[in-house]
Amino acid sequence: MTSFAEPAARSESSVARRERLRLLVRSPSFIVGAVVILFWITCAVLGDRITPYDPRFDQTPEIGAAPSWQHLFGTDRLGRDVFSRVLAGSRDILLIAPLATLLATLIGTTLGLITGYFKGIADDTISRVVDALLAIPLILLAVTVVAALGSRSTWTVIIVIAAVFSPIIARTVRAAVLGEADLDYVEAARLRGEQSPYVMFSEVLPNVMPPILVEATIRLGYAIFAVATLSFIGFGLQPPSPDWAVQIADNYQDLAFEWWTVLFPAMAIASLVVAVNLVSDSVQQVLER
Amino acid sequence: MGRYIAKRVGLALVTLVLLSMIVFAAAQLLPGDLGRSVLGRDASAEAVAEYNHAHGTDRSAVVQYLDWASGLPRADFGKSLVPPEEPVWDVIRPALLNSLKLAVYAFLLVVPFGILGGILSGLRVGKATDRGITVVGLSLAVVPEFVTGLVLILVFSIWAGWLPVTAQWEPGAGPLDQVKHLTLPAIALTLVLFGYVARITRAGVVEALEADYTRTAFLKGLPRKTVIRRHVLRNAILPTIAVVATQVGYLLGGLVAIELLFNYRGIGLTTLEAAQLRDYTVLSAGVLVIGFTYVVVTLIADIISALLNPRIRFEASE
Repeated sequence: MTSFAEPAARSESSVARRERLRLLVRSPSFIVGAVVILFWITCAVLGDRITPYDPRFDQTPEIGAAPSWQHLFGTDRLGRDVFSRVLAGSRDILLIAPLATLLATLIGTTLGLITGYFKGIADDTISRVVDALLAIPLILLAVTVVAALGSRSTWTVIIVIAAVFSPIIARTVRAAVLGEADLDYVEAARLRGEQSPYVMFSEVLPNVMPPILVEATIRLGYAIFAVATLSFIGFGLQPPSPDWAVQIADNYQDLAFEWWTVLFPAMAIASLVVAVNLVSDSVQQVLER
Repeated sequence: MGRYIAKRVGLALVTLVLLSMIVFAAAQLLPGDLGRSVLGRDASAEAVAEYNHAHGTDRSAVVQYLDWASGLPRADFGKSLVPPEEPVWDVIRPALLNSLKLAVYAFLLVVPFGILGGILSGLRVGKATDRGITVVGLSLAVVPEFVTGLVLILVFSIWAGWLPVTAQWEPGAGPLDQVKHLTLPAIALTLVLFGYVARITRAGVVEALEADYTRTAFLKGLPRKTVIRRHVLRNAILPTIAVVATQVGYLLGGLVAIELLFNYRGIGLTTLEAAQLRDYTVLSAGVLVIGFTYVVVTLIADIISALLNPRIRFEASE
């Protein structure tokens, strides 16, 4: 199925890709977002090796100490160094949120391709179910399923978030596929006798990648939001994880006395979600121009 | 138009039925053996069977669903599984009222501020004001409510001492006192929605500024102020309000964390506690009531949008 036009077309698309990258790298909000994200990824990867104290167990003699040169962000009521815990706190959320997003993107893209390509009753049914599902706020749906399963393991959280996000992604993909399905290249592939799965995944999919990428980066932001909120209300990550939201849940009752145990992890969450949002916003602008 | 409304109402009814099925499946079927789950691992098989029989959970899923669903129109959600086993509606109703107060307050704050922000940035597209409002608005929209709420508590009640730390007022508190208690949580919810409202308004303003009628108004020599007030804003704002109403879903979702943080006995906190106690009847009722509210408010907002938008209005009547 190779044609002579293909190498030329490929180089053309790679030029376009390089052009997009150049635009991205020139956007200040992308740079700021990317730097912050890279910082937190570095912390997640290096973990205990860069923290001045053990973030989980090692207790220093000072309990509930205010920020000082010894303990930049103070210590919590078990005497753990808050600075170390903030540095170590990015690991779990940076594993769970991208995993959930990836899973949701894979499932959602497949669903969206199928429903957009075949249309018909299956399509209508799925749309209605998605509408009903979206009426329930994500956090409540996750809480319900976690409570019903009685398991608060990390995988439950990942699967619940993926399950809620995949129909949303499917809807975006479906809309994009509907726009492609009537184009000539799809008809051409069908006429030369290609099977539907081949047409869907090899012909249509590459052409609907930009909206999928945009949707995935937006979902990543929401996934971080969701994991953090679930952990805060006690249905996500569990102690002794140094996760930021777990730290906050642990300490917010003492906000009036030991504000540093809450404010610094809160700032860390804010910096991560804002950074992801800046990046997804720039990606969106570059891909949709 | 009548046909459009009938179609929307019909779809909303279908959505509500599906919603009730999803909620039932997630909150009442997924837990599996209810008796075992409530009584614990050490309970005897007879006790579990007896419990399930007493609560009707030994019947088939379809029968259970139909029984449960048939009570819904009368707001009969069964009884709480946690002693004193009150009727679920008696638990839900006061919580719903509390959440309503908070949600209305937040909406009264976010609509004017969001629209103001949107107008400011729409009239200065591409300038620093526009960029600033957009970036701040978008950033606030993605920061979880509990993070914003914590910072607000720290600054305005612990450090400044202006407002109370919790939202729960003393019994018998007057309306003014209640408003005071609800101010911080309402602001936390407002900050999350501000960016969205501003963005929609901004889009409306930009569209109206570029429209032919605006150009005509300028060309016939009306002063800029008059054009903006009479032509741009009037066309931009009404649809915005309707679109904003569709954001009730986010507001409702945010209630869980905010009500927990401010210790406010609303529908979010009540549902959350039901989940912690595995009180599945209250849990499903809470989730269903929130979903129901979302569907109904979205429906109303859609219909109002359609009424305001001649394009939808006429398209639909064809």
